[in-house]
Amino acid sequence: MNVLLVCECREGNLRDESYELIAFAERLGASRAFVLVGGEDAVPRAEGTLYLADGARGGEYNPELHKRIVLAAAEREDPDCIVFIHSSYGWDLAPRVAAALGAAQVSEVVAVAGDGTFEVGCCNAKLRRTVAPMTSRTVVTIQAGAFAPSGLPHGVPTVVRLDLADDSPRIEFVGYEAAEKKGVDLGKAEIIVSAGRGVGKKENVAVIADLARALGGELGASRPVVDAGWVDHGHQVGTTGQVVSPRLYVACGISGAIQHVAGMKKADFVVAINTDRDAPIGEVADILVVADVMQFVPALTARMMQ
Amino acid sequence: MKILVCIKQVPDMESRFRVSGAGDWFEEGDLAFRMNEYDEYAVEQAVRLKEQLGDLPEITVLSIGPDRVGEAIRKALAMGCDRGVHLQDPEASRKDPWQIASLIAAFARDQGFDLVFTGMQSQDRGSAQVGIMVAELLGYPCVSTIVGFAYDNGVITVRRELEGGTRGVVKLGMPAVVTCQLGLNVPRYPTLPNIMKAKKKEILPLATAGLSGEERRAVTLRLHRPEKRGGGVVMEGEVNDMAERLVGILKQKAVVPR
Ligand SMILES: Cc1cc2nc3c(=O)[nH]c(=O)nc-3n(C[C@H](O)[C@H](O)[C@H](O)COP(=O)(O)OP(=O)(O)OC[C@H]3O[C@@H](n4cnc5c(N)ncnc54)[C@H](O)[C@@H]3O)c2cc1C
Repeated sequence: MNVLLVCECREGNLRDESYELIAFAERLGASRAFVLVGGEDAVPRAEGTLYLADGARGGEYNPELHKRIVLAAAEREDPDCIVFIHSSYGWDLAPRVAAALGAAQVSEVVAVAGDGTFEVGCCNAKLRRTVAPMTSRTVVTIQAGAFAPSGLPHGVPTVVRLDLADDSPRIEFVGYEAAEKKGVDLGKAEIIVSAGRGVGKKENVAVIADLARALGGELGASRPVVDAGWVDHGHQVGTTGQVVSPRLYVACGISGAIQHVAGMKKADFVVAINTDRDAPIGEVADILVVADVMQFVPALTARMMQ
Repeated sequence: MKILVCIKQVPDMESRFRVSGAGDWFEEGDLAFRMNEYDEYAVEQAVRLKEQLGDLPEITVLSIGPDRVGEAIRKALAMGCDRGVHLQDPEASRKDPWQIASLIAAFARDQGFDLVFTGMQSQDRGSAQVGIMVAELLGYPCVSTIVGFAYDNGVITVRRELEGGTRGVVKLGMPAVVTCQLGLNVPRYPTLPNIMKAKKKEILPLATAGLSGEERRAVTLRLHRPEKRGGGVVMEGEVNDMAERLVGILKQKAVVPR
């Protein structure tokens, strides 16, 4: 088994998740090579062949050029499997590569079995699918955080340069926009009480904020609550919000989607309040209270104030 | 301008799922279905573009699946799409993203769509492949995961969401495919008059057999519940009683001050 690992670079820096690709290759017991569109400075610490293409020339978001670079590396390595992180980079590029190679793509893999099948989440992580590729070559994206690197990265790869350019780009990358930084720094909060879609409506967020105040903590929120404009983006916890590590995290009416959990799983103690006993948040909660938030949270706040 | 919006109908994620007899999908009979959340943003963005351009574009909304997906198509029509296409396929849930994308591309190929909107992923499978594969099959440029969209004089400017809330600003011409992320806009609720109007709009039924003969490239062998790892406590019962117990535990564990 021979895998090609597609590393990621953002604004000139290697993204740490790239090391999870190595952990995945190790899990498969596969020999590996790497490909990276980026600069010398972003080369991962690892042993093996690394196909390096100049990021400055190609542009960081130029999926058509990046696709061609991955395909050029694949042509030389003839891998059985091409692996991406399931990130905004990986999920964008993987289907383009899979389509070009006529390969099966399996997205957001959380585990691999010895028989060549992959486990992927389904229905908001309530279920899992066991997926078997039907093609000899596969393209895989792995869930961020699912394959933890074993130990510190080391080694120096043998760099092979790939010199490709995009002559007539159909997409023009204008630049990055940073996230709005206004609002609270949840990263430092000791206690966070977060409102999810289960709170039902904007007016009800006050009830969650009351509990946060009673506990001496900050208000957090899941994404739909922010998207609906019930709470400012500065309060959003998750992959596209803030990553937090409080002593206590209270998830009120939050289902526990991976992108939310990724932001709060470092919390010491997690309490979830949910009407659905099967909600995936139960997997990361120390205590799952099966109740309606609008009944339970005021009762809890009152009890705390006593 | 001709716009295509691709939508999927998915079960409500708060449902209790039961694995079907065949073991490779869930039992559908007892579930409530709705439009995939990500696709609602796609429909809304298409309708807003039509409004911006003074009703000029024609919006086709397409869905693949059994009879029930007609409801999702009707909703999109009530939100402002002009015509529906139903690729009838009771076996759609067994098709892999490549086959679904191939069916959409086979339908779209000679229709001259200038813009294709899809959701970035479905809520049930979450593969995030279909929109991008449609673009590859049609030879259109594609930007995925957009949280901002503007159209001016043939040029589209989109904001692509990256991790940590950072966005990439990207410009592209047409034809093009964009896949829509949560928060792109605020999808409208269909009004009663628009629901009535939608009843008169055409939904073209098409058989998928003969449209595309692509074999599946990946197959679901088994659907199952993830093993429970968490040794967390589940509390059930009367609200005040549970609040009392919870406060006791939090104090005992010293996560909140005594
Ligand atoms: C690329 C990407 C990035 C994302 N980034 C983020 C992110 O940073 N942060 C984030 O949060 N999400 C993010 N998401 C969205 C994520 O996938 C989920 O859609 C989101 O987290 C769901 O929020 P929720 O749990 O509040 O809502 P839902 O999933 O709708 O869950 C609501 C929950 O409330 C429960 N409930 C309903 N009524 C009640 C009641 N009365 N009392 C108690 N419980 C009730 C339900 O049982 C359900 O479990 C991202 C998604 C993508 C694709």
